[in-house]
Amino acid sequence: MNGTSKFLRSIVVGAAVFTLSILVFIVAYIVIKGVPHLSLSLFSAKYTTDNVSLFPALINTITITALSLLIAVPLGGGAAIYLVEYSKKGNRFVSLVRITAETLSGIPSIVYGLFGYLLFVTSLSWRFSLIAGSFTLAIMILPVIMRTTEEALLAVSDTFREGSFALGAGKLRTVFKIVLPSAVPGISAGIILSIGRIVGETAALIYTAGTVAQIPENLFGSGRTLSVHLFALWNEGMNVEQSYATAVILLVIVAGLNALSASAAKRMSST
Amino acid sequence: MVTDTQLKEKGMQAVFMLSACISIIAVALICFFMFANGVPAMIKIGVGKFLSGVVWRPNNEIFGILPMILGSIYVTFLSLVLGIPTGVLTAVFMARFCPKTLYKFIKPAIDLLAGIPSVVYGFFALMVIVPLIRFVFGGSGTSLLAASIILGIMILPTIIGVSESALRAVPETYYEASLALGATHERSVFFVLLPAAKSGISAGIILGIGRAIGETMAVIMVAGNQAAMPRGLLKGLRTMTANIVLEMGYAADLHREVLIATAVVLFVFILIINISFSLIRRKMFK
Repeated sequence: MNGTSKFLRSIVVGAAVFTLSILVFIVAYIVIKGVPHLSLSLFSAKYTTDNVSLFPALINTITITALSLLIAVPLGGGAAIYLVEYSKKGNRFVSLVRITAETLSGIPSIVYGLFGYLLFVTSLSWRFSLIAGSFTLAIMILPVIMRTTEEALLAVSDTFREGSFALGAGKLRTVFKIVLPSAVPGISAGIILSIGRIVGETAALIYTAGTVAQIPENLFGSGRTLSVHLFALWNEGMNVEQSYATAVILLVIVAGLNALSASAAKRMSST
Repeated sequence: MVTDTQLKEKGMQAVFMLSACISIIAVALICFFMFANGVPAMIKIGVGKFLSGVVWRPNNEIFGILPMILGSIYVTFLSLVLGIPTGVLTAVFMARFCPKTLYKFIKPAIDLLAGIPSVVYGFFALMVIVPLIRFVFGGSGTSLLAASIILGIMILPTIIGVSESALRAVPETYYEASLALGATHERSVFFVLLPAAKSGISAGIILGIGRAIGETMAVIMVAGNQAAMPRGLLKGLRTMTANIVLEMGYAADLHREVLIATAVVLFVFILIINISFSLIRRKMFK
């Protein structure tokens, strides 16, 4: 092995070690600094200035996640079914759908936030509310759901479809009884990915769901999610300990979701 | 005669097709709302004055966003300087140097890096990178450098992911031919595979640019956010995204419309980036 090769190998290994050390450092730092601050009082039902509870934010996060998925999964799934099962290849409409979906996935979250603010908060006068935030996020995760569902459907072997048709089943029955069930692991991996994006989202929520630190009475009330909570704590300029604790919770949720998504993907490749 | 089943089949097909329209409708709505609310303000101020004005003083109705445009460009550029070499080399490692057993650990690690929320990155940068810069160079620490470092880290998974698949898409025969000519493994990877994967890697970089220029929360927490022309690596600056989030909360009337106009400028940047990304990717698949 000559000098150039040795040098090349060392920079490649060096870069990989560097990337991994950054990740390990970030995770270790947040966990070590944050875990000691996880106390029971952080999980009390009410947020007060004395007790900066993150529990309301946790509940709001769950509500917004559920609602966004409820909107985006049927729509994105339906769109993917159309693209894979019904449309003809090279059709104008199909390429328009693909181009717009690609555009959506590139739009930064702050632009989604402003759009949600203009459409849902002011034009439809839903004000700052969980429902305005959920609709905004639903549009944001739509391309993710579409792409992953499409991939999952494409991965289902055509012999399944042909077998179903041969037994006399119609198109619709084939899609729902044969294709979709076999694509479930892939679709769920996509849904988990979207949950991760929702949980981590901040910029799109500040001006749609707002930053009120309580659980609202209904979906038309304002409430902050965990990520917005962390941002708001910074904005208010205090409560560093609670910030660490919130960061730990966010990290744990994201890591858990990643593990789930990986296992779902593994199940897909094994079938 | 139309049977029930036929009706159901046709009906559901229409439903699926309607769902497919959603992405078209969404893009149309976003364009409409952003442009309809932002462009009038731009025209009122004068497009040239708005884009090239160096003074931002909302209280006196002076709205020049050049400092923010430059802020976004500087931060993005510097984060790429840090992120590209690290990202591409890590991708090379994952595609060609990594033992299979190790790969099983590294891949989820990169995915985790992609999944960490941007506020958590911002918070980390605030607690670690900013004090470090303050300690080493003095000053306040919240600076172009701090923002670029954390952004450089945040775009790593994007660059690594796309570059790795681009490297894997190069036909194995290229590599084998290079080995057969007597080149070492390292030389074959760097002088044969890497050039062959060039357009895929540039697509990854463009995607990284999009992420960096659109990033809001992490930048806002560490960039200092002074609404003035960027003055140096260790001085604070404000990006377009930060400008929107910081002032939208209390802005009214023209000020509010100008902030939306800022988002329009950002949106146009992103559209240009998206289009170049799809052009490059199309070239790659040809």
